[in-house]
Amino acid sequence: MRLVLRNLGFYLLAFWASLTLNFLLPRFMPGDPVSRMFAQAQGSMRPDQIAQLQKLFGLDHRPLWEQYLGYVKSVFTGDLGISISRFPTPVSDVIGSQIGWTLLLGITALITAAVLGNLLGIVAAWRRGGFLDSAFPPLLVFVGSFPYFWLAMGALYLFGVTLGWFPLRHAYDVGLTPGLNGEFLSNVVSHLFLPALTIVLVSVGGWMLGMRNSMIATNAEDYITMAEAKGLSPSRIMFRYAARNAMLPSVTNFGMALGFMVGGALLTEVVFAYPGIGYQLLNAVQGLDYPLMQGIFLTITAAVLLANFIVDLVHVRLDPRVRVR
Amino acid sequence: MTVTDAAVRPLAPPAGKKRSGRPGLGRRLLRNKKALSGAVLLAVFAALALLAPVLEPGDPSLINSTGGAAPSGAHWLGTTAKGQDVLALTLWGARSSLLVGATVGLAATAVALLIGLASAYFGRIVDDVLSLVTNIFLLIPGLPLLVILAAFLPPGTTTVVVVLVITGWAGSARVLRAQAKSIRGKDFVAASVVTGERPLRIMFREILPNMASVVMTTLLGCVIFGIGAQAGLEFLGLGDASVVSWGTNLYWAGNDGALMTGAWWAFVPSGLCIALVAFALAMVNYAVDEITNPRLRDRRSRKHKEA
Repeated sequence: MRLVLRNLGFYLLAFWASLTLNFLLPRFMPGDPVSRMFAQAQGSMRPDQIAQLQKLFGLDHRPLWEQYLGYVKSVFTGDLGISISRFPTPVSDVIGSQIGWTLLLGITALITAAVLGNLLGIVAAWRRGGFLDSAFPPLLVFVGSFPYFWLAMGALYLFGVTLGWFPLRHAYDVGLTPGLNGEFLSNVVSHLFLPALTIVLVSVGGWMLGMRNSMIATNAEDYITMAEAKGLSPSRIMFRYAARNAMLPSVTNFGMALGFMVGGALLTEVVFAYPGIGYQLLNAVQGLDYPLMQGIFLTITAAVLLANFIVDLVHVRLDPRVRVR
Repeated sequence: MTVTDAAVRPLAPPAGKKRSGRPGLGRRLLRNKKALSGAVLLAVFAALALLAPVLEPGDPSLINSTGGAAPSGAHWLGTTAKGQDVLALTLWGARSSLLVGATVGLAATAVALLIGLASAYFGRIVDDVLSLVTNIFLLIPGLPLLVILAAFLPPGTTTVVVVLVITGWAGSARVLRAQAKSIRGKDFVAASVVTGERPLRIMFREILPNMASVVMTTLLGCVIFGIGAQAGLEFLGLGDASVVSWGTNLYWAGNDGALMTGAWWAFVPSGLCIALVAFALAMVNYAVDEITNPRLRDRRSRKHKEA
C-alpha cells in the first residue's frame, strides 16, 4: 500500500507541475502571443468575455500569487476558459464533446497492440530462433521507425483513396444519426479501422520485443524446467507458468506506453480528420486558440496520470512482492 | 579508461596494455554487419544533405513548373501541387532535419548526462530531487507538452530545438543515472574520492569513460527522437513553415491535399527518408548494444550452440 500512496503523491505532484507550467507559460513567454490572439479575436467577443480571458492569461494586473490561486481554483471547478476557434463555447465543453472519440480510438489501439504484441512475444520467446523470433523483430522495428502520422497518410492513401476500402475522414458518415443500432455501429467501426491499424502497427513492435526479452529470462527459471519435468503440456507451461510471470514488466510498461500512444493518436487523428481532441488540437494551433490548447494539455496529462495510477493498483494486485514491501 | 588516465596515475595497473589485445569499439562496430549497413546509410544521407546545393542548385521552394506532375525525366520525384520539385525539396529537407536531429540528440544527451552523473555521484537529496524532476518529465505526455511549448514560443528552428530538448532528455537521464549509479558503487570510484579528486573530475574522467557505450546508445536514441518529433511538430504546423525540412514537406503535402489528389510522390519521399534514417540509427544502436553488453552476446552464442 505504501507504494501506491507514494506514487499517488508523485502523480499529484506531476499534475501540479503541469498546472503551474500552464499558468506560467502565457505570462512569461517572449513575443507576447496572447496579445496576438486578442488582436485576432477582438471583433467577435463581448467585453465580459474578453475580461474573463484576460483574467485567465494574467492581463488584469493582479498580484501573481492571487492570479495563481484563482487559476488553480478555476481549473478544479472545471472552468478552462472560452475557446477562441469555436467561440463562444467553453473549452471544457469542446473537450467534453470530443474526448469520447479519442478514448475510443486510443483504447482500441492500445489494447489491440498490447494483446497482439504480448502474444507474439510469448510465442517468439518460446520458439527461439524460429520464424517469429528472427524475421518479425527487425521488420517491426523498421515499421516502428516510420513517423506515426506518415504511416497514417500511407494507409489513408493506399486503403482509402486508391482502393476505396475504408472511408477517408470523420468518425461516421455525415448523414447518419448517432444511435445504438447496427448500421451506425458498423459505420463507426469502419471509420475506426484505419486509424487504429496505424497506431497498432507502429506500437506493436515495442510490446513484442519487451515481452520476448522478459519471457526469455523467465524461461531460464528452475520452475519452468520443473514443470517440463513433470510432463505438463507445453501450452500450459507457456501461458500458465512462463507468460504469467513474464507479464509483469508489460503491465508496468502499460502506463508509460500510454503517454506515447496519446501522442501518436493525436497525430493520427489529424491525418484522418477523426473528431477527437487531437484533431481539435490542430484547429487550436491554427486558430491561435491558447485556452483550448492548454485545456487539452491539462486534460491529457490528467488522463495519463490517472491511467498510471490504475496501472499501479493492478500491479499491486498482481505482484505479491510489492504488497509485502 | 583512456591512455591519459594511465599516464596521470602511474601506480594504477596498466589498463591500456590489457586492452590492446582487443580492438576498439569503433573497429568492432565496423566488423558488425548491422552497424556497417546503418553507418553506410547514414553516410549516404549526410552526403546527400551536404551536396544538396550542388545536386539541386537554387532555392528548392521555387515554383518552376506545373503543379502536381507525376515523376518524370525532368522531375525525378514529380512536383508538388504548387509546382516545386520534390527531389530538390527532399534533398534540401535533409539538411534541416539531420541538423536539428543531431543538435537535439547532442543537447538532450548532454543534459541527461549532467543530471544522471550528478544524481549518481552526489546521491541522497540531490538524487531524490533530480529523480523526481526526471520522473515528472517522463510522465507528462510528450506531444501535448511539445505543442503548448512550441505554440507559446516564437516560431523558428531554434524554438523547435529548445522545445525538443526540454521534452526529450528525461528518458535518457533515467538510463544514464542507473548506469552511473552502479559505477559509482565500484571500488575505484571510492578510491578516487578518498584520494581527494574533485567531483567534476571523478564524474567525467572516472565514471563517464566506463559508461561510454550507454552514452552512445542514448545519444542515438535521442537523435531518433529528435528527427521524428521535429517532423511531428512541423506536421502540426508548429515549426517554421518557410524552412524546408522533411517535416514541413509533409505539412505542405497534407495542406495541399496531396493525399486526396493521389499525389503519393509528394509525401512518400520525405517520410521514407525519416524512416530510413531512424532505422539506420536503430541498427547502429543494436550493434553497439550487442558488442558492449557481454551478457546479451553470450546468451545469444550459447543459444546458438544449443540449437
